[in-house]
Amino acid sequence: MNEDNRTHLLNSLKQGIRADGRSPEEYRDVTIETDVVANAEGSARVRIGDTEVIAGVKMAIETPYPDTPDQGNFMVNVELLPMSNPEFESGPPSIDAIELARVTDRGIRESKAIDTKRLCIEEGKHAWGVIVDICPINAAGNLFDAASIAALAALKNTKLPETDKIDDRLIVNYKKKTDESLPLTKLPIAITINKIEGFLLVDPTSAEEKAVDTRLTVASMDNGELCALQKGGNGPFTVEEIEQMIDLGISTAAEIRKKL
Amino acid sequence: MGEITVEDKAVAVPGELLAKGMDCIPSYGTYREGENVYSSRLGLVNVSGKVIKIIPLTGVYNPKRGDTIIGRVIDVLVSGWRVELNSAYSGMLSLKDGTSEFVARGADLTKYYNLGDYIMVSVSNVTSQKLVDLSMRGPGLRKLSGGQILKVNPNKVPRVIGKHGSMVSMIKNATNSKILVGQNGLIWLNAEPKDEVIARNAINMIAENSHISGLTEKVKSFLEEVTGKKVEIVERPENEGNDDNGENSHDNSHGNNHGERNYDRPRRNFDRNSDRPGNRNR
Repeated sequence: MNEDNRTHLLNSLKQGIRADGRSPEEYRDVTIETDVVANAEGSARVRIGDTEVIAGVKMAIETPYPDTPDQGNFMVNVELLPMSNPEFESGPPSIDAIELARVTDRGIRESKAIDTKRLCIEEGKHAWGVIVDICPINAAGNLFDAASIAALAALKNTKLPETDKIDDRLIVNYKKKTDESLPLTKLPIAITINKIEGFLLVDPTSAEEKAVDTRLTVASMDNGELCALQKGGNGPFTVEEIEQMIDLGISTAAEIRKKL
Repeated sequence: MGEITVEDKAVAVPGELLAKGMDCIPSYGTYREGENVYSSRLGLVNVSGKVIKIIPLTGVYNPKRGDTIIGRVIDVLVSGWRVELNSAYSGMLSLKDGTSEFVARGADLTKYYNLGDYIMVSVSNVTSQKLVDLSMRGPGLRKLSGGQILKVNPNKVPRVIGKHGSMVSMIKNATNSKILVGQNGLIWLNAEPKDEVIARNAINMIAENSHISGLTEKVKSFLEEVTGKKVEIVERPENEGNDDNGENSHDNSHGNNHGERNYDRPRRNFDRNSDRPGNRNR
C-alpha cells in the first residue's frame, strides 16, 4: 500500500469508518458449514465476507513419541494456494503459511482442547494422530481468524474411522466412520487484533492488512480464559493497548462461538 | 441467404453457432469459421441488423488500444515504469510518454511515479505479442493521489459508467465524490469517509445487478434513501464529451466510447508493429 492510500485510510479511521463502511470492531458476516469434504474425517468451510477457507481433518494411526508414549499427536498444516490470492506462489510453504499454521496450532494446542491422552490406543505402540489441513479458497483478508475458526469447526465435526486389528498392526478403514467424536473439551478461537497507528481493528480486508503495523492474535476459550497470544509485525504496544486487545479478542470470539 | 440461429439477448457459450451464411457479420466476441459465425465468449447475444456481437458476462481485461485504464506501478526501470493493469499482461510506461518534464540523465524516477502508485493511463499500443505500451498524454491522465481503489468485473464497467456517463455522474453528484473509472475494472474513489462508503456500495450494487433493467432508477432510489437528498439523473447530450476539462469529461467520454465501440461494423485492429520488417510472426 502506498503512502497516499494509507493516509486516506487513516483519515477515515479517525472518524471511525472503514473503507467498506464497518466500524473498527465490526466483523464481516461469518458463515460456517461443516461436512464439506467427503474424504476427510471432519471438515468445515468458513466464510468471512469474501474470505473463504476450507479445513479438513485426517486421522492416522501413529507410533507415539518416546517422551509422550501415552499421548496422541496433533498437527496443523496450512497451504496458501496461488488460486486464492495473486500474491501467493506455489512451491514450498512460505513464511506466512508457516506462521499461520503455527498460530492456529498454538491456539488449539495450548488450550488443551484435545485430550491427547484419550487419543492413545495402546501405550507406546498405537495412538491417533490428528492432522488438520487448511486451504484458503479466497484470501480476502483475515486468514488468521478464518483458519482458526475452520480448524475448530472441522475438529468438532470429526468422527473417528473404524480400525481393524491384523496381527499386531492396526489398519484404519477410512471408508467407515464410527459415531465416536474427537475428545474435544473446549472451544478455543483465535481472534487477531490489528493496530494501525494507534487504531485497533478486527477482521481486516486485504487492503487494510497491507497497512497494518502490528497485530496480536488472542486465543481464548469458552470460559473467557486466554490460552495463547502471538504478536506479529513491527512496532510496540502499550500495556493499555494489550489489555484493550485482549478484551476485544475475548468478546469477539464469544460472538463467533455462537455460530459453531 | 443467411440465417441467424440465436435469439437476441440469449446467453451464448463459446463455440455456440450464432448464424449461418456469409451475409451475417461477426463483431466483438464472435468469429467466422467456414460460412458460420460462432461465439468466442460467454455472454449475451446482441443482434442489430446483420451484425452479431456478444456482450461478455465474465472474463478478464484484455488491453485494447485507446482504452483509459488505472494501473499500479510495479517496477521502476532505467527509462520508464512497469505497470500492472489488472490483466494477464503488464504495461510499459516509457519515460518519454510518462512525463512532459525534462528528465536529466540518471534522475530518480520514483519522484514521478513510485512503486505502488496508482496512475490513470491510456493504452497507446498493443502488439501482436501483447506488449502493452502506455501513455500519460491525454486529458485527465495523472497519478491518483489519496483515495481508494475498488475492483469490479471489467465487463461491468459500461454499466458503472452508464449511458453517456449518467450513472457515474449521478453517484458523484449524490455523494460529492471524485470517481475515475478505468476500462480494466479498477475504480478510483475519493471523498469524505461517509460519502465514500455510500459511493462504494452504489458501485458494488451496480456491478452485482448489472443485468437488471431499470438499474439507474434503482441506484437512484438507493442513493436517495441513504443520503436523504433528492438525486437527479444527469444525462449528457451525445456530442458533448472531450471538450470540457477535468475529471467529469474524462470518464464520461469513455462511457461514450465504450458504448459505441464495436457497435455497428466489425472493427479491425490494425497492428502498427506488424508492418515492421523485424516482425515475422504473421
